[in-house]
Amino acid sequence: MSNAQQIDSEILSIEPVGAYFHVVLHAPTVAEHVEPGHFAAVSVGGIGSAMLLRRAFSIHRATPGESIELIFAAHGQGTQWLATANVGDVIDIIAPLGKPFALPNQPVGAVLVAGGYGAAPMGMLAQALRDRGCDVAVVLGAASQDRLFGVLDLSRDADHFAVTTDDGSSGMRGRVTDALPDAMRNINAKVVYACGPMGMLQAVSRVAQKFGAFSQCAVEESMACGIGICMTCVLPVIGDDGTTRMVRSCVDGPVFRGDRVRWDDVHTIPHDAHGAPIVGGH
Amino acid sequence: MSVDLSTSLGSLQLSSPTLTASGCAASGRELSQFGDLSTIGAVVTKSVMQNARSGRATPRMAETPSGMLNSIGLQGQGVETFIEKDLAWLNANGVTTVVSIAGSTTAEFAALAARLCDVPGIAALEVNISCPNVESRGQVFACDPYAAADVIRAVLGEWSSSAPVLAKLSPDVTDIVSIAHSVHEAGVDGVSMINTLLGMVIDVDRMKPLLGGRTGGLSGPAIRPVAVRAVYQVHAALPELPILGMGGIRTGHDALEFLAAGASAVSIGTVVFGDPRAPWRVAEELSNELSSRGYASVRDVIGLAHR
Repeated sequence: MSNAQQIDSEILSIEPVGAYFHVVLHAPTVAEHVEPGHFAAVSVGGIGSAMLLRRAFSIHRATPGESIELIFAAHGQGTQWLATANVGDVIDIIAPLGKPFALPNQPVGAVLVAGGYGAAPMGMLAQALRDRGCDVAVVLGAASQDRLFGVLDLSRDADHFAVTTDDGSSGMRGRVTDALPDAMRNINAKVVYACGPMGMLQAVSRVAQKFGAFSQCAVEESMACGIGICMTCVLPVIGDDGTTRMVRSCVDGPVFRGDRVRWDDVHTIPHDAHGAPIVGGH
Repeated sequence: MSVDLSTSLGSLQLSSPTLTASGCAASGRELSQFGDLSTIGAVVTKSVMQNARSGRATPRMAETPSGMLNSIGLQGQGVETFIEKDLAWLNANGVTTVVSIAGSTTAEFAALAARLCDVPGIAALEVNISCPNVESRGQVFACDPYAAADVIRAVLGEWSSSAPVLAKLSPDVTDIVSIAHSVHEAGVDGVSMINTLLGMVIDVDRMKPLLGGRTGGLSGPAIRPVAVRAVYQVHAALPELPILGMGGIRTGHDALEFLAAGASAVSIGTVVFGDPRAPWRVAEELSNELSSRGYASVRDVIGLAHR
């Protein structure tokens, strides 16, 4: 079980960053438990809100004894409400949640790949990897320049750095997977870490496999509770025993081995999944 | 003033009137990070079926005004794993446990009752005859008074335990009182009400129903007045039949409405997804609501709105 805590957290700062918002939350007792890949679930709309469900954001940074930081896009009613919150406002959060990125035991080359605000956890992850003596390459992608996140921070200490945009407004025109092979060769990568849309994760995991590298993918699935009780955020993942199960991305993930996720079958129940409907059955 | 929060559902004595709701607390373990489950009325487990079941395709949920739709489809490990892992954990942690069972057929319900009746640590059985997330409306036994009674008779035929058996009713019927009458005559010890209402959200970008299962069950405060009405109607018709009330309870004030309408205890469901401390919080708030109105106990207000 995780070290999740439900706390009332004061907003220490909230600022727009490109197409996103960066919020710093007073969370002294939470921060020390945060590992790269953990997420926070935030209540939106205030007391008596018609929005019952929390919004989940991966944790960008954690300063033990002080704060945690989140990055979010104000693309729905809940996140738009959050974007209008002020410094000094108190919001109800649960964190840290989920299984974080698994770190290698050896100092191997690692490529960090992120789409848009999927770059949020990558700074913390890069630091953790460097602390273990890993070479770290970073590939950031987005639809356009304003949707990139963390370019300055992540380029600073990277052993290899690339940016791609769909429209060519920054870096190479194309997808992250166009820049990934070079990054992998350059630092002799043995593991790829990825966070972003499902299509990107699938493509990244495929490239990693081609190079014989592991991949660790942080998925994004719509979830109601974030703590493992509602069973809405499931996806088909192959277990150590070779059996596919519909597992919860909130507690069994959000980070999964890319080669274990049945990407083509996401949003379906594969016929060979544990407990799948049998023809003529339920 | 200290308030006596104890209550009962038939022969089941409860130290607190707030329970979890089936499907809204899994089997308790995850929720135990947020409070001591032995101090709430009971954990009502997610409905268990005979065999492992994968549930429906995603997306399985859509947030709606003051509520949500779900189309999970009874994903679970099956009864053997449930007994071995979930029930064992609940018992080891001193949690009062109401086991919810679901079947695709009357025979499956009976087989589950037979399997569970000698298993220790089951305080009550909730028979989920009203899950809307099944392939055919014919499997929503609670929509038909005869089918509902058949399932209850089949369960009671196998249920040699003295723990009470509750039937979970659906609000998606013309007359919920006739269904309550029917299960009452079949011998049920109480009713849980209400299950979710069948609903749909359309994704207008894809021009398709948003949920993988197309339809889903609507729950949350949006359905609370429907639930209060249903509890009121059934209590008026069958005042001796114990009712576990549920449907969008968010506060102690909401819980008090259900008690006044005739519920003897309440389940906190969807609100737990947003506030995992809700089962404990609602009990505290209810105590304050009772105290501020001069009531000494939960029992004092049950059905009071019928005077």
